[in-house]
Amino acid sequence: MHDYRILLAGDAALVVDFGDRIERALNSRVLALAQAIAQDRLDGVIETVPTFRSLMICFEPAKLGHAELVERVQELIVEAGDVAYPSRLWRLPVCYDPSLAPDLIEVAERKGLSPSEVVARHSAITHHVYMLGFLPGQPYLGDLPDELAMPRRATPRGKVAAGSVGIAMTMTCIFPMETPCGLNIIGRTPTPLWDPCRPNGSLVEPGDKVIFEPIPLETFTALEKLAASGGASLASA
Amino acid sequence: MSASLHVLSPGPSTTVQDLGRPGYQRFGIPVGGALDSFGLRAANALVGNAPDVGALEIVYRGPTFLVEAPSVRVAFFGSRARIVVRRQGIAQEFPTGRSIRLLAGDVVEVGALAGSSLLYATVEGGFDIAPLMGGVSTYVRGGVGGWQGRALRAGDNLPLARERVDERDEAAIDDLGLSPPAWLRVVDGPQADHFSDDGIATFYGGEYQVGPGADRMGVRLSGAPLRHPRGHDIVSDGIRPGSIQIPGDGQPIVLRCEHQTTGGYPKIATVISADLPALGRLGAGDKIRFKRVTLVEAEAARRAYALAVEKLPTRLGPVPRADADLADRLCAANLISGVVHARHDVD
Repeated sequence: MHDYRILLAGDAALVVDFGDRIERALNSRVLALAQAIAQDRLDGVIETVPTFRSLMICFEPAKLGHAELVERVQELIVEAGDVAYPSRLWRLPVCYDPSLAPDLIEVAERKGLSPSEVVARHSAITHHVYMLGFLPGQPYLGDLPDELAMPRRATPRGKVAAGSVGIAMTMTCIFPMETPCGLNIIGRTPTPLWDPCRPNGSLVEPGDKVIFEPIPLETFTALEKLAASGGASLASA
Repeated sequence: MSASLHVLSPGPSTTVQDLGRPGYQRFGIPVGGALDSFGLRAANALVGNAPDVGALEIVYRGPTFLVEAPSVRVAFFGSRARIVVRRQGIAQEFPTGRSIRLLAGDVVEVGALAGSSLLYATVEGGFDIAPLMGGVSTYVRGGVGGWQGRALRAGDNLPLARERVDERDEAAIDDLGLSPPAWLRVVDGPQADHFSDDGIATFYGGEYQVGPGADRMGVRLSGAPLRHPRGHDIVSDGIRPGSIQIPGDGQPIVLRCEHQTTGGYPKIATVISADLPALGRLGAGDKIRFKRVTLVEAEAARRAYALAVEKLPTRLGPVPRADADLADRLCAANLISGVVHARHDVD
C-alpha cells in the first residue's frame, strides 16, 4: 500500500500526490522527489512543478511511455527519501511602514497585538519556500504562528504594489508585480523577486529559506532606487 | 534603416509567439507559445522556416503593416481572412494558406478573421528578436518576451532577420480544417473523484459556450453548472494546458498555454495533448462538448498527431493557378509604374 497517489494530468504529465495538506513533511517529500528526478535525467522528462503537496511531472510521450515513467517514479520515491534538496537562506529587506502596509494596523488590531509586535513576530521566523506560482517568481512561504494566522480580506484589493508582502492563514506571499490581491498586506520589499535578466527569472526557488529583515522607510526608498537602476542584488544568500 | 515591418494598425491583440519556453514552470513561468502550435508550424512551413520560428499570432482581427525592407516573404495560416496588399496604388487580395513575396512600400491589411479566431503570420527567416529563456514568445501577463513583452502597437517597427528574400515559386497548403472544434477529447482529471457520477454525466452530456473573456490563459465556459460534493477549494496543485477546473460557481474553466502554473480548484478532466491546438482555436461564443477517452486512446491520438506534424511539409504545393494570376497582375501593375522586379512565373 502506497502513501501517495499517481494521478493523470493528461497524456503528457502526471501528478504524484503525497496528500492534501499544507505540511512541511509532505513538501519535503515533494522537493526531494523533484531533486531525484532532476538528477535521474530520464530521457523524455521535460520538467517538474512542485506544489505544497504534489509534484507534476511533464514529459514527452513520443520519448517516454506513461507506464515506464510511472515505474521509474515509484522507484525514485523510495530512493528520494535520502536525497537532500538544495536550499539557500535569503535575508530579504522588508519595510513594514504603514504607508507601504495598508493592512498592518488592522491585522494587529484583530490579533490583539501592536503593529511592532506583528513585525517582530513576522521577522523572527525562518520562512520555508513551499512552492512558486500564481505570478512568475512568486513564493508561498510558511508557516506563520497561530498568533499571526488570519483569513484573507473579505474584499480583495483591486491592486497591490510590486514587492508587497501579504499574509493569510499560515502563509506569507511576496507579489513580484502589481496584481489584484486578497491577502493582508503587512509590508513591502524593494528587492525584485522577478527579473527576466536572471537565468531563471526568479530570485528564490522552492525549498529555499527566507528571513525578513525590517528596514526603515528611508532605507526602502534608497534600495528601491538602487533596484530601479539595476545596480545591485539587494538580497543576500 | 534596418529591415522591418512597420505597424500601422495593430489589431486587438497581436503578439509574437513560438513553441514556448518549457523548463521554468517551477519558477511560476508558464510555457506559453502559440495557442495553436499546429497552425504556427504550417505557417512556418509555407515560408520555409523551421517549425519553432516566432511568428505573429493574430486574434479576431488582423494588423496592417508597411514593408520597410527590400523584400520579405510572408504567409498567413489559420483562420480564413482577407489579406489585401496595396502596391503602388493597386490593391490585390490574397487568400490565407500561401506565401507572398512583398516589396518595400507594400501595405498589407489583414481583415477580420472568418472561420476561427486565430491566424498566424510568418516571415521568412523570422523576426530579429533576442530570445528570453529559450524562446521569443510573448508572456503577456509577465510583461516579458517577444516584442517588448506586449501586444503590438501602432508605430512599432518589427525587425526582420532577413533584409531581402529570393524570388521563387510561392508555396500553398491545402485546407487543413483548422476551424474551431465542436468537441475536444479529454481524460479524467487528477481530481475527477471530487465530482459525483451525476456531475460527471452532466459534464460529458452538456454543451458549453465559450465566454467573452477567452484569452491566452484560458476560456471560461457557460452551461450546466457542476456541483462539488467535496467543496471547490483544494490545496494548490500543478496545472497543464488543457486542465479543466471547476470553481465555486460550477462553470468550467479550460486553461490554455499561458495558464498560471498552479491553482486551487478541482480539475475534472484534461484535454488530451493531440487536441490542444484545437483548444487554442476556440473563441468567444463558440460551442464545445467534451468526449471522454482512455489514456491508451489519448496516446494513440498523440501518435497520429505527431505523424500529421511530420507530414506537414509534404502537404505543401505550388500556388493554385487562379491565385498565381492575381500575383502576376500585381507584378504587372508594378512594371507599369516602373518598379524593378525580377521574372515571376509559376508552374
